[in-house]
Amino acid sequence: MITFEHVGKTYGDWTAIEDLSLHIPKGEFCVLIGPSGSGKTTTLKMINRLIEHDRGRILFEGAEIRSFAPEQLRRRMGYAIQSIGLFPHWTVEENIGAVPRLLGWPKSRIRDRVTELLGLLALEPERFRDRYPRHLSGGQQQRVGVARALAADPAVLLMDEPFGALDPVTRDTLQAEMLRIHKASGTTIVLVTHDIDEAIRLGSRIVILDHGRIVQSGSPREILAKPASDFVADFVGREDIGIKLLSIERVGDRMRPGEMAEGEPIAADASLRHALSIFVARGIDRLPVVDQSGTVAGAIRLTDLTGAAP
Amino acid sequence: MKRWLADPLIWTGLALVLLVIFMPALKPLFAVLFPDQDRPLFEQDSFINLTLAHIGLVAASSAISIVVGVTLALFVTRPAGREFRPLVETVVATGQTFPPVAVLAVAVPLIGFGAMPALIALALYGLLPVTEATVAAIEQVPAGAREAARGIGMSPAGRLRQIELPLAAPVILAGIRTSVIINIGTAAIASTVGAKTLGLPIIIGLSGFNTAYVVQGAIVVGLLAVVTDLAFDRLGGLLDRWKRDDVAASA
Ligand SMILES: Nc1ncnc2c1ncn2[C@@H]1O[C@H](COP(=O)(O)OP(=O)(O)OP(=O)(O)O)[C@@H](O)[C@H]1O
Ligand SMILES: [Mg+2]
Repeated sequence: MITFEHVGKTYGDWTAIEDLSLHIPKGEFCVLIGPSGSGKTTTLKMINRLIEHDRGRILFEGAEIRSFAPEQLRRRMGYAIQSIGLFPHWTVEENIGAVPRLLGWPKSRIRDRVTELLGLLALEPERFRDRYPRHLSGGQQQRVGVARALAADPAVLLMDEPFGALDPVTRDTLQAEMLRIHKASGTTIVLVTHDIDEAIRLGSRIVILDHGRIVQSGSPREILAKPASDFVADFVGREDIGIKLLSIERVGDRMRPGEMAEGEPIAADASLRHALSIFVARGIDRLPVVDQSGTVAGAIRLTDLTGAAP
Repeated sequence: MKRWLADPLIWTGLALVLLVIFMPALKPLFAVLFPDQDRPLFEQDSFINLTLAHIGLVAASSAISIVVGVTLALFVTRPAGREFRPLVETVVATGQTFPPVAVLAVAVPLIGFGAMPALIALALYGLLPVTEATVAAIEQVPAGAREAARGIGMSPAGRLRQIELPLAAPVILAGIRTSVIINIGTAAIASTVGAKTLGLPIIIGLSGFNTAYVVQGAIVVGLLAVVTDLAFDRLGGLLDRWKRDDVAASA
């Protein structure tokens, strides 16, 4: 979907991006992460030409991005940012409908799409449609920002620290919604964050940047299990790596089907980290596991948490 | 729905129109107020003519100030015109540093007497508030909204028309309001170079020690300024509906 080939970007005499090559396949949830000033925003904005790269090539669906008019390119890519940037003089409906209007969709189709997106992002359409942004909470505004980015079914969704300014609870809910939307729509997403837990939770791939170079790229599991350097190990939180590994695996994947155990059960889709927490808190070493319908499906033992997945 | 009854714009507007039309009928009143004057009412020209000429001069000069001022401000806030910003700001500010009387005095030997030097002086004088306000207005457009507009694929012209101008409009209007109100007052001075305005009775009255003339001219100019100001206030209320709290009350 998006390919960087030896891309470079220099501001004055400061090299912000150095020989960056990266392929983001269709449907991937790619998270760019790195310390402040490592070039995350620059990399993201080069994709929709808000920043022009000066070396190498960037391809979008196989064609060089410079072969598209910037406006045309941007209308095919959703864009959501930390400052949200809702248009304060437009209602929620007008904000979300901005790109479809630019694309010349008929009014009724825009209206239906707005209704659908408000529902998708847990905002009651009739309550929020005609509000102005200043009458929304921060979390509601960011939802509208995400809805606006998704409005025209973009081929790619670009997000720059979209949840950075939100409180932990709202951030958590919105992360869950993003995962659900990604699963349902299959949209390719490139998201910038500086929060490693967010990266681990959302990313199907994590790209770690430092000084404008990629220092490691891989699935959350690969990065946690085999950090490529001391820098990466420190960055992902050296001491917590084991805990973070547990957080990306589900109880259901390691449970022993059919085995019985005593006590309050744990859900099959809970994380292994959650299971560990219960083992420690209750001082036990086995737990019954229930599936989504609430029926007991098996059990998990403390020793199942370590070692390779079955 | 008798709300208009309590509307100051309606009342002051009505007072202005009636005063201008029926000024001659007030002659006995001025005779009583100014018993020392043989001619208690300015009669060299009708107040209707003076007022219309005054409004015409202010309208024409303000139109020039607005068109030139907004254009200059939009130019220096585009990437292409950014370098010219200090130059434009200095020139426009200098234009207002000169007292209007001085601008008029310089204009006369160059252009001669009449409405033309007055028009130019007023247009120059009204330029600063419009330019300054427009630059400030464009600059206070939230950076996030600007970036988002670019990021979702609006063209530069679309961004200006749909995002920047509507968000800047209330502040631009405030600058225009200041400019027009200043010029309503300054236009009175333009009578010294032979432009027909409501300044005529004031200036003739001052040089001939006729306080009645001065009062008549001053009251009409003052009322005109008040009515204009109220009208701008009304107009401003229409531009930033989205800022009000009651608008979304239906939601
Ligand atoms: N317009 C610019 N002019 C000069 N230098 C710039 C410009 N934009 C970014 N830089 C520099 O390029 C480097 C990378 O910036 P970038 O915004 O991509 O970082 P980032 O990884 O997004 O950081 P953060 O986490 O703080 O947002 C930084 O050192 C920054 O100072
Ligand atoms: Mg950044």
